[in-house]
Amino acid sequence: MSATAALPESQIGRVWTRFRRHRLALAGAAVVALLLASALFAPVFAPQDPTLLDTALRFRAPFADWAHPLGTDELGRDTLSRLLHGGRVSLTVGLVAMVTTVATGALIGITAGFLGGWIDTLLMRFVDTMLCFPQVFLLLVVAAFVPPTLLSISLVIGLTSWMEVSRIVRAEILHLKEQDFVAAARALGASRARIMFRELLPNAAAPILVAATLKVASAVLMESYISYLGYGVQPPLASWGNMLTNAQGYFDTVPWLAILPGAAITLTVMGFNFLGDGLRDALDPRLRMDP
Amino acid sequence: MSAAARVPDEAGTGAPLLSVRDLALHIPVPPHVLRAVDGISFDLRRGETLGLVGESGSGKTLTALMLMRLLEPPLDALPRGQVVLDGIDLMTLDEARMSALRGRTVSMVFQEPMTSLNPIMTVGRQIAEPLVRHLGLSPRQAAARAEAMLRLVHIPDPQRVAGAYPHLLSGGMRQRAMIAIALACRPAVLVADEPTTALDVTVQAQILELLGELQREMGSAILLITHDLAVIAETAHRVAVMYAGRIVEEAPVASLFAAPRHPYTRGLLASIPRIERVPAATLPEIPGMVPGPGDRPAGCAFMARCMRAISGCAAEAPPLAELGPGHRVACWNPADG
Repeated sequence: MSATAALPESQIGRVWTRFRRHRLALAGAAVVALLLASALFAPVFAPQDPTLLDTALRFRAPFADWAHPLGTDELGRDTLSRLLHGGRVSLTVGLVAMVTTVATGALIGITAGFLGGWIDTLLMRFVDTMLCFPQVFLLLVVAAFVPPTLLSISLVIGLTSWMEVSRIVRAEILHLKEQDFVAAARALGASRARIMFRELLPNAAAPILVAATLKVASAVLMESYISYLGYGVQPPLASWGNMLTNAQGYFDTVPWLAILPGAAITLTVMGFNFLGDGLRDALDPRLRMDP
Repeated sequence: MSAAARVPDEAGTGAPLLSVRDLALHIPVPPHVLRAVDGISFDLRRGETLGLVGESGSGKTLTALMLMRLLEPPLDALPRGQVVLDGIDLMTLDEARMSALRGRTVSMVFQEPMTSLNPIMTVGRQIAEPLVRHLGLSPRQAAARAEAMLRLVHIPDPQRVAGAYPHLLSGGMRQRAMIAIALACRPAVLVADEPTTALDVTVQAQILELLGELQREMGSAILLITHDLAVIAETAHRVAVMYAGRIVEEAPVASLFAAPRHPYTRGLLASIPRIERVPAATLPEIPGMVPGPGDRPAGCAFMARCMRAISGCAAEAPPLAELGPGHRVACWNPADG
């Protein structure tokens, strides 16, 4: 966000001071940092090739031996390695989808909210139409025509989930554009585009940021969902979603195969949500108490 | 500072800098037409302060917004009349060229200093932006100039304030910052819409003094919009009194306060509380209400509340007529000077 980029160094210090007081956010940030690091360095940390089959070593329990710290699956693949590489896939999809969602949603929201009139009506009815379709259905229809690659999955998730963001941004802009500082900016000769993107959008940064973190979380869930249904990330590439698919046949006998990727998804979603919460509190100068 | 000492540099000489002719805003509100501003004309000369005074709803702020061409759709298509600034008719300019004038040639200070600054941009940046935009300064030059402007409006520790966000400043300081922003490009005309209404009385006096000081330094003309006659008495060279969308009396400030001719102006002046009024009698008030949009009479809008109304008042609205040097009154039966 440009709002953060514009902050002088002392401001960054203050933001950090406030952020540090938010314990859950710190925990969230730690989790997210850990996930990002493990995804980034997955090839280094992973004890094995995640696609290496070893039928002699099927269904090893976690913590049984050091070669497979989290055990092996039904084909003898190392679970830890698959979790790490799957995290890479899930986070990539989550982040790319979030950027797509936020960019599309913010653009449509600010255009509708600021310009108003028939443009607003048209865009918002389009949003209503998009919301009429269940997102999974939309995803599956598109997935039937577009070959599933990481990028196409991310874009498809992003382009089917921007509607809430556009409504949030529009509502925020409708409120902001009536404020005196917008009239003051116009009285100083600022152009419409400048008012939209320099005066209004940074002021809407807090709700956008919160929406963005929520969207990472929901995109990770959505990716798991469509991978679970078999339309997402294709085997042998690991993702938390298709790990769950594989695990469902053994749920009663080997529950950890489902529990581990499930826990990874939960941890990621919670981490991003707490992080977003803390960032909102720390970044909003209107809530800042210290001089 | 007495009113007589406040003669602008080129008072009465040369062509007016800003010339407003028959400016009107008639808003159709079916089944009526709301005559929010109903054909007003005035001139503003270089270095002069014209006070535009009137009660709420008299059309002062709409006049200011029309001058700046800041009315929002759908109102923006409604203004009629001429606003000529330095030979250019602002009413017919396209938006891009008007945008280039705003903040550079004609600027505005708003009433509410608490909300008129962008809350997430430092004060320094907000002053620097129009400098970069209009004067093409580099960000570094603009930042230096912003600090100089803060010093000019007597903000202590300008370097620190330039890097501060607006919420750290008091109301008076914010209004000083607003003035610094509005005057950064040294505009020829400054429209100040109730610049002191939201401030403490002591801060009010400081801000008014500051406006006068900057005017003498920069030679800007100021259109000072207020409902407060005390503010006018302290700051303006000339006064135009608005009632129901029209100017009912216009005069040099000394002449208006010494010898108001329009019954409405007399009523306004009589209703100012005075300490020396003995005994503590009831404050005189003007009876009745401003007529609503639908029941504006054909004749003088003030007639129903006027104690000097005569039979001719109902027939036709009185035109502004010159009754003394620079003293114009719109009344069929004006009081004696």
